[in-house]
Order: sequence, then C-alpha cells, then structure tokens
Amino acid sequence: MDLYEYQAKQLFARHGVPVPPGRVAATPEEARSAATELAGPTVIKAQVKTGGRGKAGGVRPAPGPASAHTEAAKVLGMDIKGHTAETVLVERATVAFEEYYAAYLVDRANKTFLAMVSSEGGMDIEEVAATRPEALAMMPVDPARGVDAETAGLLAARAGLPAEVHAAVADVLVRLWRVMAEEDALLVEVNPLACTQDGRVLALDGKVTLDDNAAFRHDRDAFADAPAGGSAGLEARAASRGLNYVKLDGEVGVIGNGAGLVMSTLDVVAYAGESAGGARPANFLDIGGGASAQVMADALEIVLSDPDVRAVLVNVFGGITACDAVANGIVSALEMLGDRGLRHPIVVRLDGNNAEAGLAVLDAARHPLVRVVPTMDAAAELAARLAAA
Amino acid sequence: MAVFLTKDSKVLVQGMTGAEGARHTARMLAAGTEVVAGVTPGKGGQAVDFADRRLPVFGTVAEAAERTGADVSVVFVPPRFTRSAVEEAIDAGIGLCVVITEGVPVHDTIRFLARARAAGTTRVIGPNCPGLISPGQASAGIIPADITTAGRIGLVSKSGTLTYQLMYELRDVGFSTAVGIGGDPVIGTTHIDALEAFQADPGTDAIVMIGEIGGDAEERAAAYIEERVTKPVVAYVAGFTAPEGKTMGHAGAIVSGSAGTAQAKKEALEKVGVRVGKTPSETARLMRELLGARS
Ligand SMILES: Nc1ncnc2c1ncn2[C@@H]1O[C@H](COP(=O)(O)OP(=O)(O)OP(=O)(O)O)[C@@H](O)[C@H]1O
Ligand SMILES: [Mg+2]
Repeated sequence: MDLYEYQAKQLFARHGVPVPPGRVAATPEEARSAATELAGPTVIKAQVKTGGRGKAGGVRPAPGPASAHTEAAKVLGMDIKGHTAETVLVERATVAFEEYYAAYLVDRANKTFLAMVSSEGGMDIEEVAATRPEALAMMPVDPARGVDAETAGLLAARAGLPAEVHAAVADVLVRLWRVMAEEDALLVEVNPLACTQDGRVLALDGKVTLDDNAAFRHDRDAFADAPAGGSAGLEARAASRGLNYVKLDGEVGVIGNGAGLVMSTLDVVAYAGESAGGARPANFLDIGGGASAQVMADALEIVLSDPDVRAVLVNVFGGITACDAVANGIVSALEMLGDRGLRHPIVVRLDGNNAEAGLAVLDAARHPLVRVVPTMDAAAELAARLAAA
Repeated sequence: MAVFLTKDSKVLVQGMTGAEGARHTARMLAAGTEVVAGVTPGKGGQAVDFADRRLPVFGTVAEAAERTGADVSVVFVPPRFTRSAVEEAIDAGIGLCVVITEGVPVHDTIRFLARARAAGTTRVIGPNCPGLISPGQASAGIIPADITTAGRIGLVSKSGTLTYQLMYELRDVGFSTAVGIGGDPVIGTTHIDALEAFQADPGTDAIVMIGEIGGDAEERAAAYIEERVTKPVVAYVAGFTAPEGKTMGHAGAIVSGSAGTAQAKKEALEKVGVRVGKTPSETARLMRELLGARS
C-alpha cells in the first residue's frame, strides 16, 4: 500500500522525524483556513500517490491565506500522471538551505535492505544517480542490526554531507529506519531532506510504501482509501470477495487462476485481437488457487457487470484448482445471472486437475452461451472474435 | 538426475497437521516422495494417517531431523508463523527449505534469508511458491505430479500456473526438475540459482525460464546466461499487456536501472541469444525445435 505524503509524514512524526507543520484540505476554503491556522507563508501540495509533483505544477507557494485559496483551487482536481489530486497538503513553507536525499528500500537482487543517501537531493535525483553515481552513497542494511547511530553516521559521511550536519542527519536516518522496520515498510524515501539555514534537518517530502502482507500486525485503518465509484467500485467489490480484479480498457473479460497465467492470457487475447477486429482484454481477474464454485460464480458476476465486456474468456489450468469446481461455478453463475438477460458468450478452456469431469459438467449443462475450446490460443482467438463481432 | 530434489530426498512437512499441509502431504506421497514426518509445535507425539502409511509428528524440526534423517522441509504454516518455522529449519541444518506460504511479510523473509545466508547450510525456495518437482522421483510442494513426465528439460518460473501450463505443453518431452521460485519481491532461490544448478546437472539438456513483469530478475538472469550457461534456454515472459504499475519514489528505478516491463525483459533475453516465446504454446514449440535440432 502506497501512502499519501501527508500520511507518510504522520508516520514520520510518530517516529520523531521532523516535518513542517501542515493540514490536509479538500476544498480551497479549507486550504484558506489551514493557511490561516498555520500563520505565515505556506506551500500547497497535491496529494497523489506518485512522484514528480513539483515538476507537474502540483507544488505551489502560497504566501498567505488568500493565495492558499487561489493555489489550492488550481491544484485540486489536477491530473498528475493519471492520478487526480483529491486533496492538498497545506504546509508551512520551509526555506531549504540545502536539499539532501535519503531512502531505504528493499533490494531484491541482494535480498536485503538498501540505504541510499545523497548530498544532492531535490527534483533531479535520478539525473544525479545516472550521471554521477559517486554522489549517491549506497549501503546494504543488515536486517538484524538495522540502522543504528554508527551506521547512520557512516552513511552521512559517505554521502559527502557537510560535517556540521552529520549528527542531525544521522539522527533523522536512525528514525527513518524505525519507520521502515517498525511499520513494515518496503520503501521510505525523503526527497528533499532539507537542511535549514539554522542547521535543522527536516523531511519536506515523504514517499512510503507499506507491505500489505504485514497488515495483520499493524493498525492501518486510518490509511484505508474511501470506497470509490465506477471501475474502482468494481475493483472494491471484487476485493471484498477476495478476488484480485483490475479493470482494463478492452472488451474481452478474462478470468483465470494464478497471476502469471492470467497475465499470459491477457497477452494472448491482445495478440488474437490484432487479427480479429482489435478486441482487447477488459480486465485482469485471478481467482487464485483452489477456487470453489462460489468463487467462480462471483468472478463471472463481476466481469459481466462491466458494461464494456462483450465476451468472456475463462482460462483455467487446474493445479490445485479442480476443473469440475470451476465448471460447476460457471453453471451456477449462469443460472443466477440468467434472469438478468445474460447475452454475452463465454469461452471456456479447462486443462489439468479434473479437466474431464469439468468438461462433462459443461457438456451436460448445454448452455447456449458457453463455448468450450481445447487450447488457450484457440480459446483466446474465439473470445476475441466474438467480442469484435 | 535432477536439481535440488531427488528420489533420495527425505521430506518433512512443517504444518502437516493443518488442512493444507495434510492435503498436500497426501499428494506428495502419491507422487512417490519419501515424506518421513510432520512438524507442528505442541503436537509432538501425534501421528497422521495417509493412504498407506502413518507419519509421525514432532514438536520441533531438530527432533524430526534427528529421528528421521529428513533433509528437506516443506513449510505450510500461516504467514505470521512462517519466519520462526523457517528459522527453525535453518537452525536444524535442513538442506532445503521450501516455503509454500503466501503472504509472508517481506521483512520476515529478509530476516530468515539473512539467517540462512549466515548459516550457509540451507537453500530456501520461496516464499509464496508452488515448490518443486522432479517427476518420477519426488515432489516438495503443490505442483501436480500427473500433468507431466520425467525427462531432460529443466524449468524455472516465478508463476505457479504458468509452470503447470508449460509442463503440460511439454509433457511428452518431460522434465528433470521444475522449480517454482515464487513471485514475491524477495525470494530465497532466484532464476540465476536455478540456471546454475541446471547448467551443472548432467540430467538436464535444456532449460525453460518463465518470467513476469516487475523487478529485474530476468535482466540479471540474461546477463548470467550470457556468461555462464551453455545449455540452450528458451524463455517466456508474461505481462506485455498489463497496465503499467505506478512507481512511487525514485529509489526503485535508481537501483535496478530497469523499467521492469515485459518488453525490457524480452529484449534483454533476446540480446543474449535466448529465444523468447510470445505465448506459452509458442514457447513450447521453440523448445521442441531446439531439442529437435540437436538430436
Ligand atoms: N514545505 C515546503 N516548503 C518549501 N518548499 C517545499 C516544501 N515542500 C516541498 N518543497 C519544494 O518543492 C519541491 C517538490 O516537492 P516534493 O519533493 O514534495 O514533491 P515531488 O516533486 O513529488 O517530489 P519528487 O520529485 O521527489 O517525486 C521540493 O523539492 C522542495 O524544493
Ligand atoms: Mg520530492
């Protein structure tokens, strides 16, 4: 789960990482009163779960309450890389004398955590990393030891930070590590980590990704997104039934088991569509391993409630999942949905565990909309053709 | 021959008394695996009955290993207990620990992998993986045994169902070992580890490598293949049409230098001479062509 900047900064504050005072606002009015409360110059910052907001015009100075209103009106609703700014963070403006960069992340290749610190933070850190890698200190973090004062001091020194800020930066690095370790984060990135004229070090930005697998040992209710409408509504409905569903922009509904096979099915449908009227996959839906008839029925119901869908492809390779359960799910879903004027064809390909029993179930049901096809490629071709027809 | 798991492997199951553990123990036995014991803390002294045998349950891995000579452990315990289960296996010196559990916190995985590295005696496969199978010899995990046959292809994959799909497509040719390494961001055994083992295995003639979007494991595997692998490799990458994942910070890209897209992975592999199939069935066809050309 990615956090908004303001949520990241709540976690920072909880672990004693200094951040400028700020308030979240959803309307220009709220931004104005937030600026009044904060007293003095502020910065209006788009709250979107992506980087590069500054470059996109989503971070704007507002010297007082009136301009906070004006600037918030510009930023609210702004689209940044496909993310809409529903709220802004109204934050006390902080004059950075110097801007550093600090991050902890998971290093997949080395199977551990990595710390990265640079004296040249700011909006062009990727450029710095690419052209002058020596300006970016990288160090693996021993997971058992973590980042203690000694490690943090070493990091500050290797990053080439001025000696007089070592102690203050090291203290922040230790606290940021606590955010990483104690909150089960996969990424904690601060860019810029600002140093003020009077030597204070504080986080002006915060990007945090929390590990969803660790949700069971944390209270994260405050970070949950509000339920949304439209395709996000479909995704939420699928999630509430334990289904992994992502809406895409095509016409062929896709249901399969296992993320890899479903992804592969999307590809095969898209290739088939290239020579069959341009049909594309309408969604990703993984029913997971060992799916029951009920799960299959839920999956069909969700995919068929997408108004863009014109044909459905069910592609299951039974490993743990039994194909007869999948077939029973299809049949019972069709019964359930029958009254609702179901009219789109459903192409089914079953292989593996109990495939023969599954095919027999479909055969016995003789549903006019169900077409059974023996291979994945042929099934994708038929589904793409039916969707384009 | 095979890699990591052979007919001589003695397998214990951590979490055998749970529903999943019991179900898959039965399947592993049916596949010819020598499963010798279960381990569940607090249930030492019990036994579980399977079709043609009764398996003892021990309270600790150390005791189970000492009493049965087990050298492989398959972990079916819930995510919140996985770290301690794996660390127990490492501390008991189990040579291969296969972690099937899905949903293990990444911090826990990093901790137990660091422990395994320090101990230097345990290979970990997974977590969040289907395990591995050496058809006709043994199975450690949940890969169905009846969809393929023994043969001379080695397979390594992040994805379970794609593993099954390819094993099935090439069932007439057969596999030495198929290893499902798991799709988590941090895993114990990587594509590269499996490639290295297959390269060294006299029972493996050719390798199928299956990847998917995200991370840069396939790109690193490509570099490894160029340097060290002389056996023919055919690859498949899933996710060409997957929507581009949003990236949060800059840190990920700075470290990997890769976009993590299917296209980038395909290009990296093709650049080192690996043929990449557009679909699973094309991948199977490429493998047949390769083997045909050699014989
Ligand atoms: N409270 C603040 N006071 C003054 N300047 C600020 C403040 N917050 C941010 N800035 C300035 O705005 C720039 C952009 O803001 P920020 O880093 O939060 O967003 P971003 O552009 O999305 O970051 P990134 O490029 O790292 O993804 C910062 O580099 C900093 O110079
Ligand atoms: Mg920033």
